[in-house]
Amino acid sequence: MNEEPLWSIFINASLINNFVLAYFLGICPFLGVSGKIGTASKMGGAVTFVMIISSMAAYGLHGLLVAINAPFLQLISYIVVIASTVQLVEMIIKKISPELFRALGIFLPLITTNCAILGLALFQTSKGYGFLQSFVYALGAGAGFTLALILMAGIRENLEFAQVPKVVKGTVITLLAAGILSLSFMGFSGLSG
Amino acid sequence: MNGIDRIDKKDNGGMFGFLKNSPSTDEFIKGLWRENPIFVQVIGMCPVLAVTNTAVNALAMGLATALVLVMSNLLVSLLRNFIPKQVRIASYILIIATFVTIIDYAIQSISVELYKSLGAFISLIVVNCLILSRAEAFASKNGTLKSVLDALGMGIGFVFALLCLGAVRELLGNGTLFNIPIFADAYQEWIIMILPAGGFFTLAIWLTVFNYFKLKVKKS
Repeated sequence: MNEEPLWSIFINASLINNFVLAYFLGICPFLGVSGKIGTASKMGGAVTFVMIISSMAAYGLHGLLVAINAPFLQLISYIVVIASTVQLVEMIIKKISPELFRALGIFLPLITTNCAILGLALFQTSKGYGFLQSFVYALGAGAGFTLALILMAGIRENLEFAQVPKVVKGTVITLLAAGILSLSFMGFSGLSG
Repeated sequence: MNGIDRIDKKDNGGMFGFLKNSPSTDEFIKGLWRENPIFVQVIGMCPVLAVTNTAVNALAMGLATALVLVMSNLLVSLLRNFIPKQVRIASYILIIATFVTIIDYAIQSISVELYKSLGAFISLIVVNCLILSRAEAFASKNGTLKSVLDALGMGIGFVFALLCLGAVRELLGNGTLFNIPIFADAYQEWIIMILPAGGFFTLAIWLTVFNYFKLKVKKS
């Protein structure tokens, strides 16, 4: 059992070991939906919600798998839980706000293949977090993902007006900006210790 | 992303133009260069950036992914007439997860050291968009031989791209290549290259090189 205090888990997951900028998890939506701040923040919200639900489910599942002595089913059962949670979120968003549903487009079902969510479930299992710790870990990871997405969207909204050479237009300039963002997040590593 | 809408376009010139007549060869060749999963389609990025800090890691990760890709494309194309349309994505993910579990245990038994350095990223092959996109876009619509060839081409293209990144990052960040020292002792390592930020920068540089050649071909 891991005894790490809750506040330290939150700071760790959201800033020091930011899932996007330090672990490279969830790069696809990070590059894909970070065009506008509005869409980015809503995407962050949807991902955080899926993270919390699937993290809770993964905690329960892990206990069950240990009980029936079948660790090799871990990956398969986690991904099934994540896929069904995403399906649920998709139905809710479609009902509540068809507009947002269209804005997120293909990236909504693609939350299933967002490595940040499966990564979160796997990391919390390997770190041996308890129920409350897992919840805070998911919350921190979601907050960190949303923060990175919104920061990136802000940068890209400004990049729209910049004179960029043709050869680095699009993905390349986004990657360079992400690299600089990642450098600045390294400054947070002083918080741990 | 910007590569995805380019997938269906046929280019008529190109360096492999002489092979265009046989369709099966083309399925294989296209993944290597014209539709390279990383440099052209820009998908499956997470492992690309995370585990390419050394060339050995990059090679192992690339091979593991390629193996899963070939196996899942094979099974998906065999089962393509039996899987109901509504549950196809879920079925593909289950097939992929099964093969990843096999690979995960295989790597653990071959080399514990490698297993530790790749960490959770072996399990995360499940959510590599490349594999799912090949299953959905190709294997579910084409015959077995074609699907396997497609997976082989894409897999080799993926390994190639990962090696490109891993070699540069290890060489500059550590002064070695496949753990063999290349530079003299006086070499000052660029630590930044093996840190996360270096991954973004290296990929950006490679994409710039590819874009440069693409623009050049278009002009001439």
